[in-house]
Amino acid sequence: MQLTVSKVGKTYDAQSVLSGISFEAADEERVLLLGPSGSGKSTLLNIICGLQSADSGWVSIGSEAISPSNGDVIRKRNMGIIFQTLRLVSALSVKANLALAQKLQNGSTDPAMIDQTLERLGIANRAKARPFELSQGEAQRAAIARALVVRPKILIADEPTSALDHANTQTVAELLLEAANDAGATLLVATHDDRLKAHFERTLTLSDGRLVS
Amino acid sequence: MIGLAIAYLRDRPLTTALNVLLLAISVAMLVLLLQFGNQARDRFERDMRGIDLVVGSKGSPLQLILSSVFHVDQPTGNIPLSSLQLLRRDPAVKRTVPLALGDSFDGYRIVGTDSSFADLYKTKVASGRSFAAPMEAVLGAKAASETGADLGQEFIGNHGFSEDENGNQSHDHAPFKTVGILEATGTVVDRLILTSYESVWDVHGIAHADEVEGGNQDHGDHAHGQRNRTHSTATLQPAPDMRSPAILQANGTELEPELTALLVTYRNVSGAIRVPSMVNRQTEMQSAVPATETARLLALLGASIDGIRIFAWLLALTGGLAIFVALLNMARSREGDLALLRVMGASRSQVFLTIILEGLITAIMGAVVGWITAHSLISIARSNFPTLADLGLTPWQAAPAEAGLIAAVLAIGAFAALIPALRIYRIDPARTLARG
Repeated sequence: MQLTVSKVGKTYDAQSVLSGISFEAADEERVLLLGPSGSGKSTLLNIICGLQSADSGWVSIGSEAISPSNGDVIRKRNMGIIFQTLRLVSALSVKANLALAQKLQNGSTDPAMIDQTLERLGIANRAKARPFELSQGEAQRAAIARALVVRPKILIADEPTSALDHANTQTVAELLLEAANDAGATLLVATHDDRLKAHFERTLTLSDGRLVS
Repeated sequence: MIGLAIAYLRDRPLTTALNVLLLAISVAMLVLLLQFGNQARDRFERDMRGIDLVVGSKGSPLQLILSSVFHVDQPTGNIPLSSLQLLRRDPAVKRTVPLALGDSFDGYRIVGTDSSFADLYKTKVASGRSFAAPMEAVLGAKAASETGADLGQEFIGNHGFSEDENGNQSHDHAPFKTVGILEATGTVVDRLILTSYESVWDVHGIAHADEVEGGNQDHGDHAHGQRNRTHSTATLQPAPDMRSPAILQANGTELEPELTALLVTYRNVSGAIRVPSMVNRQTEMQSAVPATETARLLALLGASIDGIRIFAWLLALTGGLAIFVALLNMARSREGDLALLRVMGASRSQVFLTIILEGLITAIMGAVVGWITAHSLISIARSNFPTLADLGLTPWQAAPAEAGLIAAVLAIGAFAALIPALRIYRIDPARTLARG
């Protein structure tokens, strides 16, 4: 599904955080949004996901403009999101986290798909584990699995490799690309980790709230 | 969302268990009070239905009512046989039921009376027939089932109202014969053994002429079979101290045939004005109104019951407060989780409902555990304390007011969750997730 960002601007306390951000990501395209901490990546992702409103410009998912007023619905229909801090629900097992995501986004659960996804990500043996029982790498895979089981048309990841070593970073990057391929989803990854550049066909660089390349 | 709420509750088992326990204790106390109050009141009302006045020997009016209507206390003493005729002749009196008490069989009281007793309590014979001849007895349904008595069997009454009272003196010389068993009535009659009052005199060797003057005021013949019988000794024991026949005979006392109490039903309202004052002023007897004495008893008990009830409600509110504190802390620590749910597509209402459900489920568990505990305690207490069974305290019988009580406890649970739920309702998912 196509993602369009057009002239998006955002200001906090009279300080510009984003200014005139425009780009498009075509259906099934893999885009890396690279920028240092404080460059505005998370704010831009929040606006793309409909969690925050832009002060100027607009974002559309397919043909629909997204904003906080309709963000719930559009996210439910189209998006799989991987958060910087993982955010698995602490009271639920890995499998129950995936089932909850399916239930919330699709209205029903698909246990077979959950099992397949866990198998593919190599954490089938941790299906019943609670989040605090997982290693960092396992938790990252579980978060990716949760984003995939909702059959997203756009897969968005915010700093998916933060706190991972080189080997795990490579693995996670490959998993994200594979997952997006399998799901036929557009992939947008925001990161400060330029080790990921090699894996992506297109990189956008964000600096001080502006796209510089 | 229910599954998630349950998962969160299971995630902190100790806190959940403590909150459930607090609510369960309060619900159990409230259900016990409710059951005890309701069932005792129902039982009192059933047992005293149709009885406007009780006439007996002077003493405590409450004791007179307890012994003559509810059959749970010692009688105040005896009254002359002539009192029966006095009241039956009174135009304001519709029915006078004589009672001669003092003996029991296997813990069940033997009541000497006449056919007016059956008329008062609307008893029906389930098997056999009513008593007619001397020493014939009819057993109430519970008395029959518990003693295993059957038609044609004989039994020997004991002096006093319990097996260990008065050294277990048996009236071996005068066995009763079971001629009938009554249908269950749900009243005190179920645990009584009925016979003619002349038979009670016979058991105690009290001389009596057969014919009771005026004994058929409204209801015709009183069916006793002691026509023209007389006895050489007269030894009716005044009830309160249960003196033995041997003592009386040694003292050379010869007693007239007497009764223990009279249960009076008025013909009209004028009876309520005139009869009690006539009895109290013109005779050596006292009259007591069952409704008044029962109300006094319930009022005496009521003060204690109210105190316990207030304590139980305070406990329920404490349970609510504990839920509130637990959920508020939880809401703070779980803002990230719930913001995530919002991002994954949960609506504000859904995350709000998750918290409300946690409070509600805790309250439901407390209510269920409390209700089961209360009724189990009633069941256990009833098995171990026969007095409770006598009062008619029935386990596993839900009172309609229990629904209101449980609804109130659930409301406390939901209300306790309201502020934490509103806090979650208002969270900004983007800001919360950005905080990390």
